[in-house]
Amino acid sequence: MTQQIIIYPLFLQIAISIILMFSWNNIRFQKIFSVFGSFVSVVLAGWVFYYIWTTGTQTVQAANWSAPFGITFVADTFAATLVVLTSLAGLAVSIFSAATVLKDRLRFGYFPIFHFLLLGLNGAFLTGDIFNLYVWFEIIIISSFVLITIGGEKAQLEGAVKYFTLNILASIIFLTAIAVLYGLTGSLNMADLAGKIAAVENRGLVEITAILFLIGFGIKAGVFPLYFWLPASYHTPPFAVSSIFGGLLTKVGVYALIRVFTLIFTHDPFLNDILIVVAIFTLVSGGIGALVQNNIRKVFSYLIICHIGYMIAGLGMFTEVAIAGVIFYLIHDIVVKTNLFMISGLIFRLRGSNSMRALGGLYAEWPKISLLLFIPLFSLVGIPPLSGFWPKINLIKAGFAESNYVTVAAIIFASFITLIIIAKLWAEVFWKEPQELKLKENFKFFSKSTTFKKTQIVLPIALLSIVSLYIGFGAEHIQELSARIADELVNNQGYIDTVLHAAK
Amino acid sequence: MEILLALMIGVLYAGGIYMMLRRSLVKLIIGIILIGNGANLLIFLLGRITKGSPPIIPGDANVLTEAFADPVPQALILTAIVISFGLQSFAIVLVKRAHTVVKTDDLDEMNATDEDS
Repeated sequence: MTQQIIIYPLFLQIAISIILMFSWNNIRFQKIFSVFGSFVSVVLAGWVFYYIWTTGTQTVQAANWSAPFGITFVADTFAATLVVLTSLAGLAVSIFSAATVLKDRLRFGYFPIFHFLLLGLNGAFLTGDIFNLYVWFEIIIISSFVLITIGGEKAQLEGAVKYFTLNILASIIFLTAIAVLYGLTGSLNMADLAGKIAAVENRGLVEITAILFLIGFGIKAGVFPLYFWLPASYHTPPFAVSSIFGGLLTKVGVYALIRVFTLIFTHDPFLNDILIVVAIFTLVSGGIGALVQNNIRKVFSYLIICHIGYMIAGLGMFTEVAIAGVIFYLIHDIVVKTNLFMISGLIFRLRGSNSMRALGGLYAEWPKISLLLFIPLFSLVGIPPLSGFWPKINLIKAGFAESNYVTVAAIIFASFITLIIIAKLWAEVFWKEPQELKLKENFKFFSKSTTFKKTQIVLPIALLSIVSLYIGFGAEHIQELSARIADELVNNQGYIDTVLHAAK
Repeated sequence: MEILLALMIGVLYAGGIYMMLRRSLVKLIIGIILIGNGANLLIFLLGRITKGSPPIIPGDANVLTEAFADPVPQALILTAIVISFGLQSFAIVLVKRAHTVVKTDDLDEMNATDEDS
């Protein structure tokens, strides 16, 4: 059975983690093996994606229990795309971790936990069972708790307490929502739920369940007004950790929102209105929050929140064009946000600070690196033809088609404010007169590192910048992919039929 | 029985949220534990409580004919309990560690992350 390959990414990640745990003290081996394993996972994810692209949605029934009774793993184009992006971001961050994370942290199992995090992410994308999704979310959060606290600095622990509390609360709300859903329908399979929820007569209770899901996933995704844990914690851990968090953890919340609101709770005008209102506030408040920050990582944290708004807005409009825009934005955002936090790590290595006031003169001293950093920073803004530009066309087009002018205005306002922020950042960090460097003990500046280490730091940034460039210049391909995913999500009967009849 | 359980779940959720809103770190953990148990009981309640009829098919039949207790919620609760146990033990260690490093039990004084740096 070739369709089994859709769960191979999970096996691969768990195998890497176990092997890494057996070489607990051999840091050198862990570095090499983690990078190698991540590279294999990119190849494997590419294979899975090719398989899904050519044959359509595939399912695997755990232990051959037929569909509504057992746990189903489903790989549609959406899941396969996200698996590819996860492994790409994983590869980049793995290389970056090998160069930048301190030995003291690596000695306490950084790499095994990192691969457990990737396992959880892949699992969350591939599962077709709502309770199984909860379990994958727990794997993600427990790994992220370890990654955010590893090292145990003061700021880290304070950030971790906030991160931890809100994420546990989100999980409990998610669990509550599952309980109510099970009480209403007696099923946990998402495809089966789609049919059963439509037949429930008590619509009030269905809406409350949907709101519970919205709150649970909304906390994880960082939407207004549930995002306050995010800027309080994302700037505290090592740079490699914040890049994998920034790139993927909020996006898994967005993924869950998209999955639940396109499959289970569909065509509910009340919910769509709520999503749009939430999205508008997220766009505006995230953008304004980013404007007043001085620490680069805090600026990027607020930009994560701001840009989550685009995806929620598209989901709220719920037309095929809008969903295509959402998917395109998601693809672009995972690559760029992972890259942004690695860039903040590189800037820290170059200058020993992340405060915009203390930085300056990067362009004069490091022209080539500055040009490389230009690509992701301005992809984020969406200067055509870079990657952030194209999805907004879809979103704005959908907004005009729905006569939803407030959303269109919010989207334009948010991209305008992103432009101001990045321009300000560029002027402060790259063009301003260089400030005096504060020398610190035990801190190695980039210029003093070996060539091998320099390559290790710049290579992942270059890799993801090339991907960003491809998304921008090969927008036709990504648009085709997004349109296909949007078609599958909006006309979800194909998904439901594949899951429920696959066992026969 | 259902009414009693429903009331208890309500009290657990309310007490949990109340404790989480206090400023003390220890009360935060107690809140998490209470609300987690409330969620577990909620799954149990919503799986419909059926008394004294286990889902076991008699030897001379092929299917269950009478009303039977649903075994799925119990499997779900078991999973959820194990997960919440792991998270709670992590929480306790984290809080102990945070208390040693930050030297306070007051959440309002944990504001180093909000400083402008």
